Amino acid sequence: MSESLMAASGEPNPLIPHLSEIVLGAVVFLLLVAAIAKFVVPRFEKAYADRTAAIEGGIADAEQAQAEAKAALEQYTAQLADARHEAAAIREEAKEQGAQIVAEMRSQAQAEAERITSTAHAQIEAERSQVLAQLKGEVGALATELAERIVGESLADDERQKRTVARFIDELEGSAN
Amino acid sequence: MTIATVISTAGGNGFQPPGPADFHLPPVFAEVTKPMMLVVLAAVLVFTFSYFAARPAAVVPGRLQYAGEAVYGFVRNGIARDAIGSEQFLKFVPFLFSLFLFIAVNNYFGLIPFIQYPPMSHFGFPLALALLVWILYIGVGIGKHGFGGYLKHVTIPSGVKGPVLIIIIPLEFLSNILVRPATLSLRLFANMFAGHLLLMLFAFGAEYLLFESQSLINGVAGVLSIVMFGAVTVLELLIMFLQAYVFTLLAATYLGESLADEH
Repeated sequence: MSESLMAASGEPNPLIPHLSEIVLGAVVFLLLVAAIAKFVVPRFEKAYADRTAAIEGGIADAEQAQAEAKAALEQYTAQLADARHEAAAIREEAKEQGAQIVAEMRSQAQAEAERITSTAHAQIEAERSQVLAQLKGEVGALATELAERIVGESLADDERQKRTVARFIDELEGSAN
Repeated sequence: MTIATVISTAGGNGFQPPGPADFHLPPVFAEVTKPMMLVVLAAVLVFTFSYFAARPAAVVPGRLQYAGEAVYGFVRNGIARDAIGSEQFLKFVPFLFSLFLFIAVNNYFGLIPFIQYPPMSHFGFPLALALLVWILYIGVGIGKHGFGGYLKHVTIPSGVKGPVLIIIIPLEFLSNILVRPATLSLRLFANMFAGHLLLMLFAFGAEYLLFESQSLINGVAGVLSIVMFGAVTVLELLIMFLQAYVFTLLAATYLGESLADEH
């Protein structure tokens, strides 16, 4: 076809297509499309899908990790609050116990003091009664002795009598000292 | 070709500017020509690259997979999903991904040293692709709406009523069914054809001006021609990508329209 056209005008007309080229172009291109559709596009699409899945999986993992971290934090916070509460309770109890102990000690001490005081009192009383008993005995004897002396040394002399009594009392004081 | 003959007669002194004849290479063997071999090579390259890029399918991609995913993601999300919608785009991704890479690689053959030939400058190849797109989007439309439903879907824009339909229906049919494959293929073909022609013009021109003529002005013009060759090469780098992108995007848009519930 083109040969005759070239012969007619001297140059080929580029707008006249060659049938062989149309057929070849179409066949080659259709083969290419078939090969691309079978071997290339599915692989590219698989890469796309895998990538999307990987990214989405990554995001899901991150979200899960975040949720776990948050839960752990909440747990720790709760535990911490519990611990604080417990510590406060223990402190309170200790304070109470301390106060109780102090009160007990105080009452004990008081009881002890009272006991000591009462024993002291009793002792003093005993000593006093002992001294009194002793004095009773001695006073009798002394009175007798004094009477003997007064009688023995002329009871008439007033002056003497007075001196004797004074000397007796001095002796008494001296013996007492 | 008329421009070419005008220049060649005006120049007169032997410079033959490149023309459509330069695209018509003799067969390499039997009936097999260079663009035919390049088209097959492009398909092999595209498949090999994407196969080895896709094969690991690793969550953390290596370099090759990363490069493959960049292209794949560009077509999948940037073209297919945006144009067709997130519900049904996935089954068209192989077609659109192949389309984009196949056209891009074929285009860049125009700049690769020792290959330096864009197969899409042979109208038959872009036409083949455009026809496949045409068949696909019409087929998808009929599959979705039924034959009559699809015709109605294509020719009657929603909300249009009354006698104006007499004008609208043929216009819509023309633009949506008849013109689309032509514009789709011609756009790609013309860009590749013109770009390659321009490159050849500056390359041949520089060669002729520098080596075939002695005058100083011609030497300066030859150097300028080389500079222009570089500039056009950079421009072509962009156009080659852009044409692959536009072709794929339009194909996806047509598919999206066929699948749309409302026009």
